[in-house]
Amino acid sequence: MKIKKITASPGKTRALAAELAGKLKGGEIISLAGPLGAGKTVFVQGLARGLGIPEKEVRSPSFVILNEYSGRLPLFHFDFYRLRTAAELASVPFRERLAQKGVVVMEWPERAAGLLPAGLIRVEIKVLDRARREIRIEKPAPAQKRRLSTAARKSGALKR
Amino acid sequence: MLVLGIESSCDETAVALVADGRRVLAAEVASQEEVHARYGGVVPELASRRHLESILPLYLLCLEKSGRAATAIDLVAATVRPGLSGSLLVGEAFGRALAAGLEKPFLGIDHLEAHLSASFPEGLPDFPALGLVVSGGHSSLFLVNAPDDFRLLGQTRDDAAGEVFDKIARVLDLPYPGGPPLERLALQARKPVRFPKPGVRNSLDFSFSGLKTAVIYYLQEHPEAGAADVAAGFQAAVAEGLINKLDYALGRFPVKSVLTGGGVLANRFLRARLEAWAQGRGLRLYVPGIERSLDNAVMVAVRAFYRQTPPPGSGRRR
Repeated sequence: MKIKKITASPGKTRALAAELAGKLKGGEIISLAGPLGAGKTVFVQGLARGLGIPEKEVRSPSFVILNEYSGRLPLFHFDFYRLRTAAELASVPFRERLAQKGVVVMEWPERAAGLLPAGLIRVEIKVLDRARREIRIEKPAPAQKRRLSTAARKSGALKR
Repeated sequence: MLVLGIESSCDETAVALVADGRRVLAAEVASQEEVHARYGGVVPELASRRHLESILPLYLLCLEKSGRAATAIDLVAATVRPGLSGSLLVGEAFGRALAAGLEKPFLGIDHLEAHLSASFPEGLPDFPALGLVVSGGHSSLFLVNAPDDFRLLGQTRDDAAGEVFDKIARVLDLPYPGGPPLERLALQARKPVRFPKPGVRNSLDFSFSGLKTAVIYYLQEHPEAGAADVAAGFQAAVAEGLINKLDYALGRFPVKSVLTGGGVLANRFLRARLEAWAQGRGLRLYVPGIERSLDNAVMVAVRAFYRQTPPPGSGRRR
């Protein structure tokens, strides 16, 4: 399933993300792509709100790689900005968090290309102008979802 | 009281021996900047491995330089939060094991409180004080009522101050870490670009991502813009944003001094702006020397000392 929406402000981007978060059941993995300053952390703030986490708590995890928040479901907020090679993913507790049935969201997923599990919810933010963003959300088909849980259990793709 | 301090929350592995929270007997730092420069940032796995390789030699070097025996250590302290989890673990595990071996107590220390304790060896400030920590991972404002009484007032809602320095430096094609080359570039500015002051209105929280976005838009919309003018304008906006927040805090908490810490204070422009501001407000400003502004273990040992020993006159002396 593909959705394409244009938001006119950071507030609207948060609202769209909060709506997406409302439908999550746990175990989802969201990849969040977009250039520097596109509003990736803003999107995660919306996800947090939709999961009952104060959005104020959500800060950029660029420095620490992972921030964790607890709400209706736990939210694991990764930022791979500082990873230089995909192999470095082995050094962050990514596999462990995948197994925890929370919501995993990753900024800069392209830095871990080739090591990400199948069945991702792919979100891409495109900067149209100062205010507007084009947000594409691509959800996996149900069959892919089943593969995802198998992948998460085995985590085969993520072994060193 | 002889305290061994250990710091390993990010780039630097550091060990220090400090007597009575004042006399620095030894202070050793191994920086990973060179390693990380090659990768454009902190690489967590490399970081924790490097900490592991450096920590024992640094500890032995501290003992040798101080001329003290390990058995003279009264307390072992290590930074335990916040930071990269794998890196923090190296310092804490080493510290706990050492303390167990020496049969001495161990104290886990908050990195931000340690930064604000960095100037204590040169004399305690008049309290209450505001405390500002600005680094690659943190932008936090504290109310410090006493050497052992820290209250968090606000922090960044998105990017840390040092993080936007690194990100803007990357946008300007400057090498990592971005702070020093950006500062040098800004010196060549002829007409600094005016950017909006970053911050959250009517709040003690910081916000820097709006400024980051403003700089990126500006560069896209003005491809002819001089990089030095952008760098200088950006740097000035960060300084004004921080000063704005200090002023806002000052209105609510009439303090006598301002304590500072964190790697962003290595920026001379920011230091000068803060000094001028403090003078104008009649406040005493404490900016540790560059070595003690960056991550170090002296500040960890000092913080631990004041957690163990209330200062004279506090009525809590044992």
